[in-house]
Amino acid sequence: MLVEVKMHRTPIKTSPSPDLSLVTKNLATKPMALSDSFGTSSPGQLLIEAGSTERQYWRDLWRYRELFYFLAWRDLLVRYKQTVVGVSWSFIRPLLTMIVLTVVFGKLGKMPSGGVPYPLLVFCGMLPWQFFSTAVTESGNSLVSNSNLISKVYFPRLVIIGSSVITSFVDFLISAAFLVVLMVWYHYAPPVAVLFLPLFVMLVFGASLGVGLWIAALMVEYRDFRFIVPFIVQFGLYISPVGFQSGVVPERFRLLYALNPMVGIIDGFRWCLLGARNGIYRPGILIAVIDVIVLVASGIWYFRKTEQTFADVI
Amino acid sequence: MSDAEAPSTTPAMPDPAITIENLGKRYTIGHQRANVDGLRHAIEGAIRNPLAWLRSSRQKKLQHVDFWALKDVSLQIQQGEVVGIIGRNGAGKSTLLKILSRITIPTEGRFRINGRTASLLEVGTGFHQELTGRENIFLNGAILGMTRAEIIRKFDEIVEFSGVEEFLDTPVKRYSSGMYVRLAFAVAAHLEPEILIVDEVLAVGDAAFQKKCLGKMGSFAQSGRTVLFVSHNMEAIRTLCQRCVWMKDGRLHKDGKADEIVEAYFNSISSEQSFSCSNPDYGLTIQKVVLRNDRGEESGQFRPGEDLIVEISYDAHKCIEKPIIALGVLGVNGSCFTSNMLLDGHRPDFLNGVGKITCTFRSIPLLPQNYTVKMIIRSANVKDLIVNYQEVAGFSVVGDLAEYGYKGEFLTFARHSTPVVVPYEWRFPDGTTAAVALNRPTALVADPRT
Repeated sequence: MLVEVKMHRTPIKTSPSPDLSLVTKNLATKPMALSDSFGTSSPGQLLIEAGSTERQYWRDLWRYRELFYFLAWRDLLVRYKQTVVGVSWSFIRPLLTMIVLTVVFGKLGKMPSGGVPYPLLVFCGMLPWQFFSTAVTESGNSLVSNSNLISKVYFPRLVIIGSSVITSFVDFLISAAFLVVLMVWYHYAPPVAVLFLPLFVMLVFGASLGVGLWIAALMVEYRDFRFIVPFIVQFGLYISPVGFQSGVVPERFRLLYALNPMVGIIDGFRWCLLGARNGIYRPGILIAVIDVIVLVASGIWYFRKTEQTFADVI
Repeated sequence: MSDAEAPSTTPAMPDPAITIENLGKRYTIGHQRANVDGLRHAIEGAIRNPLAWLRSSRQKKLQHVDFWALKDVSLQIQQGEVVGIIGRNGAGKSTLLKILSRITIPTEGRFRINGRTASLLEVGTGFHQELTGRENIFLNGAILGMTRAEIIRKFDEIVEFSGVEEFLDTPVKRYSSGMYVRLAFAVAAHLEPEILIVDEVLAVGDAAFQKKCLGKMGSFAQSGRTVLFVSHNMEAIRTLCQRCVWMKDGRLHKDGKADEIVEAYFNSISSEQSFSCSNPDYGLTIQKVVLRNDRGEESGQFRPGEDLIVEISYDAHKCIEKPIIALGVLGVNGSCFTSNMLLDGHRPDFLNGVGKITCTFRSIPLLPQNYTVKMIIRSANVKDLIVNYQEVAGFSVVGDLAEYGYKGEFLTFARHSTPVVVPYEWRFPDGTTAAVALNRPTALVADPRT
């Protein structure tokens, strides 16, 4: 099928980027007749009526699925341009935070570690927390920083939030790789419960998406959230059990404490990765699951409700 | 949904590409205010006195001034039609396109679109400065609704069209603005929708590039696609579109053949936006300055070689003796010709009461472009200005140069040429000669503008 390209007026450099490796091969397949390039994907009729919600929304979201990838790809490409150490920042940031938290809570605060090396304990908490905090920060700002897109071209705006969370998720994966190195370093094998890890990854993904949707939609109208978000993130680091185990919270406050979905999620991560001597606090997990479902559902509801006026308000 | 209408259409007649019914868009002025006040205001008010806050916020809604950017617009566009939309700034053109592009929702009414749509409200939407040309092609393509496979297939063509092969791996922030626009348009030009919605995107770039864009849109239109096209470039509307819609104050003002609507539009601009000014020191009011053609009709549009009459209506409360009036006709790139009393020495003895002064420029030797008329009035002592040098009217010259004996292949390039053509003659090495003049073609003199 593939024919060698014999000659081309100006040779196009073969790109290092994986996306484009196909381009040079595909040069040979000549563009087909204009009409048949669409035939299959034609969506047919579109009817838009004042006051009615679009029934096509979810179909459109599917049609624009590649945009999730492209926007995330853009953000990742751009993020480390004109930096000296580049992607290494993904390691350096969590590493430094880990050291600081270990010193503050482990060494100075003398918090119990339950027999686990304190840096590991901290890192397992930081993994979901940093994902959550960057995702919320980035998706919160994403609509406003993409306002040029919103006012000039249509696509389901959910894509912007989704791709921001995906971008943060890539950082999460890089940090996770670092955790593997750390565990090898401490000769610490994860327990069988590690099989449940995907569940907690999904939970933290959902929590990030839900909160991100809320904040992004609110930010469009109330730029105050630009100041509120950093505060939430900073504050959240201390009210979530990132630098310590949630076991240090007195038993009678445990349930109240667990209302913060990150409590259940971080506990879950520790349980999966480090094991827990005295079992896992089950009500906390349940509450986290409910929290996340409520956050995502209400986030989508509010986002959809306000989305149609974004272009007018932003 | 469409069941009700379905039986009425015969199988031979395809569904219209776009059907718009009573579309309206209301913006609430004062909405901005809520933004400025921000959240603090909302929360503070609600906490201090919840009841009063509720009441006041409800009242506020009533006090808001509603502004209809679009109102009662109904329109049907058949498949394969190329429709131009014209109108002044704020007439609702862009709002209409934004609604049809689904960027914002209508406040009332509805519309139906039949076929895959692409809208191009701006060149280079979503381009990222830090990314290379290659990366931006992919990003921009995806944002405009192309799939990755589609972009990969057309990548080669896009690069070729843009002419920036050598800089593909350079961040676009290092591009010249021309290269940037060319690349951006190249991506957009390779969208292959059934319906294309285009805002004034051709206003960017140099002459050659604009020509290329228009050419691309022309070929797009010829291939049977439906195009909806907003422009202030009347020449582009006339050449590209068969049909034209004139928007005014958010409503559909006129709809018809492009030539007729454009002409009517031009005539209305010149009469609507008449210049006026007054100088209390001299007691002089210039009531209006209008342009007329040789049949005495007010017009904003002239043919090459036609007479241009500038008519200045004044009201002098005090008698002004021997004022010095000068008129200048200017093209986009500068002055063309003038009538200046300072040079020719002719002067009215005095201006007193209400009256008119006209100046007729005989057979204007201008190519089809846009022009402005400027005026200055000095007092008899030359030094003092009664009316500052300023623009008082505008007009455009339109016409098919082929009717004037022009035979070149690039007649549309006349838009960007030096505008004044005095009669001239070529003499070739073999002794033959060729004379050219922008006189009114005889056919038109005999039967003025059918």
